[in-house]
Amino acid sequence: MISLVALCVLALLVLALLGAVTALMPVGRVLVYGGSLVLCLVLLVAGLASLDTTVQRVTLPLGLPWIGAHLRLDALAAGFLVLIGLGGAGASLFALGYGRHEHAPQRVLPFYPAFLAGMVLVVLADDAFLFLFAWELMSLASWALVMTDHQAEGTARAGFVYLLMATFSGLTLLLAFGLLAGAQGGYDFASMRQAHPTGLLAALVFVLATIGAGSKAGLVPLHVWLPLAHPAAPSHVSALMSGVMTKVAVYGFIRIVFDLMGGPVWWQAVVVLALGGVTAVLGVLQALMEHDVKRLLACSTIENVGIIFIGLGLAMAFQVNGFIAGAALAMTAALFHAFNHTLFKSLLFFTAGSVLSATGTRDLERLGGLIHRMPPTAVVALVGCMAISALPPLNGFASEWLIFQAVLLRPDLPQWGLKFMLPVDGALLALAAALAAACFVRLFGIGFLGRPRSPAAAEAQEVDRFSIAAMAVFAALCLLAGLFPGAAIDAIAPIVDLLLAGRMPVQLADPWLTIAPIAASRSSYNGLLVATFIVVSTTIAAVGIHRLASRAVRRAPIWDCGFPDARPITQYSGASFAQPLRRIFGAVVFRAHETVDMPAPGETRPATIRKTIHDPVWDALYAPLVGLVTWAAEAMNVLQFLTIRRYLAFVFAALVVLLLALTLWQ
Amino acid sequence: MAVTEATLAEAMAALGSLLVQFLQMALVLALSPLLTGVVRKVKARLQRRQGASVIQPYRDLRRLMGKEVVLADNASWLFRVAPYFIFASTWVAATLVPTFATGLLFSWSGDLIVITALVGSARFVQALAGMDIGTSFGGLGASREVMIASLAEPAMMMIVFCVALIAGCTQLSTIAGFMLSEAVGLRVSLALALVALIIVAVAENSRIPVDNPATHLELTMVHEAMVLEYSGRHLAMIELASSVKLLLYVSLIGCIFVPVGLVHGSAPRAAYAIGIVAWLAKLAVGGTLLAVLETSVAKMRVFRVPNFLGAALMLGLLGVLLLFVSRGM
Amino acid sequence: MHSLSFDIAHMLAGGLVLVSFLMLYQDRLYALLNVLALHALVLALSVAWQAHIQDAPHLYITAAIALGFKAILIPWALRKMVFRLGIHREVETVVSIGLTMLAGMALVALSLQVMLPVTAQADPVAREDIALALSVVLIGLLMMVTRRNAVSQVVGFLSLENGIIFAATGARGMPLVVEISVAFSVLIAFIVVGIFLFRIRERFDTVDDAALDQFRGGRS
Repeated sequence: MISLVALCVLALLVLALLGAVTALMPVGRVLVYGGSLVLCLVLLVAGLASLDTTVQRVTLPLGLPWIGAHLRLDALAAGFLVLIGLGGAGASLFALGYGRHEHAPQRVLPFYPAFLAGMVLVVLADDAFLFLFAWELMSLASWALVMTDHQAEGTARAGFVYLLMATFSGLTLLLAFGLLAGAQGGYDFASMRQAHPTGLLAALVFVLATIGAGSKAGLVPLHVWLPLAHPAAPSHVSALMSGVMTKVAVYGFIRIVFDLMGGPVWWQAVVVLALGGVTAVLGVLQALMEHDVKRLLACSTIENVGIIFIGLGLAMAFQVNGFIAGAALAMTAALFHAFNHTLFKSLLFFTAGSVLSATGTRDLERLGGLIHRMPPTAVVALVGCMAISALPPLNGFASEWLIFQAVLLRPDLPQWGLKFMLPVDGALLALAAALAAACFVRLFGIGFLGRPRSPAAAEAQEVDRFSIAAMAVFAALCLLAGLFPGAAIDAIAPIVDLLLAGRMPVQLADPWLTIAPIAASRSSYNGLLVATFIVVSTTIAAVGIHRLASRAVRRAPIWDCGFPDARPITQYSGASFAQPLRRIFGAVVFRAHETVDMPAPGETRPATIRKTIHDPVWDALYAPLVGLVTWAAEAMNVLQFLTIRRYLAFVFAALVVLLLALTLWQ
Repeated sequence: MAVTEATLAEAMAALGSLLVQFLQMALVLALSPLLTGVVRKVKARLQRRQGASVIQPYRDLRRLMGKEVVLADNASWLFRVAPYFIFASTWVAATLVPTFATGLLFSWSGDLIVITALVGSARFVQALAGMDIGTSFGGLGASREVMIASLAEPAMMMIVFCVALIAGCTQLSTIAGFMLSEAVGLRVSLALALVALIIVAVAENSRIPVDNPATHLELTMVHEAMVLEYSGRHLAMIELASSVKLLLYVSLIGCIFVPVGLVHGSAPRAAYAIGIVAWLAKLAVGGTLLAVLETSVAKMRVFRVPNFLGAALMLGLLGVLLLFVSRGM
Repeated sequence: MHSLSFDIAHMLAGGLVLVSFLMLYQDRLYALLNVLALHALVLALSVAWQAHIQDAPHLYITAAIALGFKAILIPWALRKMVFRLGIHREVETVVSIGLTMLAGMALVALSLQVMLPVTAQADPVAREDIALALSVVLIGLLMMVTRRNAVSQVVGFLSLENGIIFAATGARGMPLVVEISVAFSVLIAFIVVGIFLFRIRERFDTVDDAALDQFRGGRS
C-alpha cells in the first residue's frame, strides 16, 4: 500500500510538470484537475484501507546519502492521508469547473499538484530531512498559489507575511528536530522514538514544535498571516489551505508531541489548552468583524484550529495523569473535529468561490438575495453554515459534543494549572461555539438572504455542474458524518490506539447507533434519531396543517410595520448586524470604537459613521518586531555603500577571526 | 411456546414504553399553550386587569392556523420552511426533558447539551428567517437575538457543566435520579446554577426584563421584530414553538432543581398519575413566579442586557470553578 | 462529611460570595446599598449558624452586631447621606462591569488556590470558610479600586470588613474582644468616611474622588 501512495506522490509531481507545460492550453486544466481528482481518490482509498493495518515502511535511496528517504504509513499517517485525499478530491472536482474563471492558469496549474504532493509527503515522512523538505515544498507551493493574483491589492503583503511566517515555522521545526536527534544525529524518526528527551531539552523541543506547527495551523499569536494568505489564493486552493493544510500542521504537532517525544508533561497541556482557548475565541471574534467573505472563513479556520487544540490539550492533560480512557476520548474528539472541519470549511470556501465567480465580489456588503439566484449553492451553503455552527444533527455538533464530554470527564486532576484551565476552556469553547453561530447567521443571512445590495448580486448566475457536484458531495458528507458519528469514531480508533495505547469503546455495536463516550446512562447522543424526530415532526406539522387547516397563500408587498422602503440599502448590513457584538466584545478585545459625524440641520453633507478596530496581537507583538527590524535595517544600511577594498577587508577579517576561533577552540 | 410468550411480553412492554413516550410528547404539546395562558392571566390579574381566559392561546392558534398566509413578494423557501423547523426542533428538545417520568424510551437519544443545541438550531433558523425578507426590522431582531444568544448559550453551557459535574453525567434522567438521592446535599454551585438558569430562561424566552413578548414598540423588540413578516399558520407554528420553549425551560428547572414526584419509566403505570400531578403543580408554580417576576421588574435597555446575561455566565463559571477546585462544593 | 450543619454553613459562605458578586453587578447606588444590607444579613445568619454549631454563645453577639449595625443602621445612614447630599445615583465605574466580574472570578480562583492547600489539615468547614472569606475581602478591595464614587468605595470597604469578620468567626476560639474591637474600628472608620464625604462635597460639589487629584503636589 505504501508504494502505491508513494507512486501517487510521484504522479502528482509529474502532473505538476505536465501542468507547467500545458498550462496555457484548455486541456491543461482538465488534465491537472482531473488527474489530481483521480490521484486524490486513490489516496483516499489507500488511506482508508491502511487505517487498520500494521505499520508499513519503505526506504528510498533519495535525499541525503547517509539517511535516505524513509517513508512510513501508520494509522496516524493513514488518517491524515484520508483528510488530504478527501479535501484534495473535492477541491479538484470543484476546480474542474471553477478553474475556467482563472485569468492566469499558468500561475496555478503547476503548483496545485505540487502542493498536494507536499502535503502527502509530510504525512508519509519518517525522517526529519524528508519531513522538512516536504514541509517546505508544501509552504512554497502554497505561497506560489497565494501569489496567483499578484496584482490585486494586498496580495503582495499577504505573500510576504506568509513567506516570512512559513520560513520561521520551518526554522523552528528544524531546530526541534535537531534537538530531538541529539548529538548522534539520528535523523530518522525511528531513532528519535528511542531517545526520550527529558527536562529542559524536552521543554525546548515542545516549545519549538508548538511554534513551528502552531504557526502553520494558525494558533494565536502566530495566526496573523492566515487571514491574509488563505483568502488571497484561488478559492479551491483556499479550501485546501484552510481545510487541509492546517490539518497537516496539526499532524506535525501530534507526530512530534505524542509520538516522537513520547508523552507530554502537565504544564505543556496547560500551554496547549490556553493557546487553544484563546485561539478559538479570538478567531471567531475576528471573523465576526470581517466583511470579506473569504477572510471571514479564514478567521473561522483559526477558531476551529483552536477547538482542535483544546481537544489535543485535553488529551495531553489526561495522558499525563494516566487516564487513558479520557485521553482517548479527547483525542478522538480532536481528530473528528479536524475531519469535520475539513468537510465544512472546504464546502464553505467552495460556496465563497461560487459566489465570487457569480457576482465578482467577496464583499458581504455587496451581496444579498442569492438564495433566489443560486438555489443549489444556497442550500449547500446553509448546510455548511449549520454544520460549522455546531447545530444538531450535523457533524460539527457531534465533534464539539465529544469535546464537551471530555471537558466534563474528570474534574479532579491533581495539577492546579489543569484544574483552572479545564473549566475556563469549557467556557471559552462554549463562547466560541455561540459566537460562531452568530457569525454564520450573519454570513448566510447577509450574503444569501434579504434583497440584493448591488446589481452584480441581483444578476448572479448559478455556477457550473462540477462546482455544484463538489459542494453537494461535501454537504452530503457533513450530514452523513453528523448522522453516523459512531462510524467516524470507530474509524479513528486505530489512530488513537497507536498514539495512546487505548481507545474509546466501539460505537457501532449499539443497535440504535447511539454514541456514548463512557456509558449511555452518563451521556449519549443519537444524531440519526434526533434528525428523524425533527424530520418527522416537521412533516407531520406541515402536512397536518396543510390538510386540516389552511394551505392558502397570498403574495403581497413587504409589510415592515407599514413602512417598507424600496431601497435595499435600508436593510441591515454585515457591519450593522455585528454592531451589538462589536460593542460587547470588540470594545474590550479589539478596542473597537465608533465615531459618528452628524451634520447640523441644514447642512447637505452626508452623516458618516466610522469604526476603528485594532488587532491586539499585531499591536503588542508584531508592530514592535517590525519596528526593530526596520531599525536594524537602517543601521546596517551603511554597509551597502562601501568601497570594494572595504568589502575585501571584511572578508579578510572574517577569515582571520574564524581561524583564530579555531585555534583557540583547540 | 414459552419463548413466544416471553417475546410477546417483551413486545408489549416495548409498546407500552413507546406509548408512554408518545403520551409525554403529546402532553408537552397540548399543555404548552395553557402555560402561556396561565402566565398571561396571572400577569393581568397582578396588573389589576381582567385578562383573557387561560385558553385564549388555543383559540389564537386555531384562528391563525385557519387563516391564509400573506407572504412578502420576495420570500424564499427558507422563510416558509423555517416555522415548521423551529417548531419541530423545539418540540423535540422539549420531549427530551423528563417531565413526569425519567428514563423513557428515547430519553437517551440526547442529553442536556443536545437540548441546548436543539434550541440553538431553532434560534439559528429563526434569525435567518428574520433576515430573509430584507427589512430593517428583521435584521434588527436577528442581530439582537444573536447578541443575546452569544451570551445566553455559553451561560447555559456553564450551567450544564455545573450540574453535570455534580451528578457525574449529562443525561437528564440520570441527573434527576441523582438529584432525588441523598448524595446531593446543599451546594453553593447548584444555587449559582439555579440563579443563572433562571436568568438564561428569562432571556431565552424573550421575557421581561430582557425582551417583552407583548410589545410592538420598535425600539424594544427583539423576538417580535424577527417574526414581524409572519402571518397565518406560519405565525401559529412560531407562537406554538415559543410556548413549547417556555414549557421546556420550566420543566427543565423543575427536573433538575425540584425533581420531586418524578417517577422512573419502569414504575407501574399507576405511578405516572403522581408524576403528572407533580409536573402540573410545578408548571403552575413556575408560570406564576414568572408572571410575578415580569410584573415586578422593568424592561432593560438593550445594551444593559449583556451585563445581565454576563452575570449569568459569570455565576455559571463561578459554580464550575468552585466544583473544579474544591470537591467539597 | 455531608452533614446538614456543614451544608448550611457552606451554603451561607457561598451566599456571601454570591452577594459580593451581586454588589459588583449593581449600577445604581440605592440598589447597591440594598445589596450591602443583604450582604450583612447573610453574614449575620452565617455567624449565627457558626455560633450554633460551635456552641459559642458570644458569637450570637457578633451576629446581632452585624445585623443591627451593618444590615440596618449603616445602609440606612448611607441612604440618607446619598439623599441629603444629592449624589449622582449611578455607580460610576472605572472598568466595565463585565470585566470587573471576570476579575472577581479570577480572585475567587486565586484565593481558593492559595487557601485550600495551606489549610489542608483544618476541619472542612473552617477550611472553605477561610478560602471564601478571602475572596470576599479581595472582591471588596476590587470594588474600592474600580469604582469612582466615594459612596461605592465605602460600600466596598464595608463588604471587605464583612469578609474579615466572617473569616474570624469561622476559626474556633476567637476571643470576643477582638471582634468587638474590629466592629468598633469599622464604626469609627465609617464616621470618618462620612465626615470626609461631607467635606469633599462641601469643597468640590462632587464626591467623585478624581476631583481630589488636582490638589496633589507635583505631577505624579
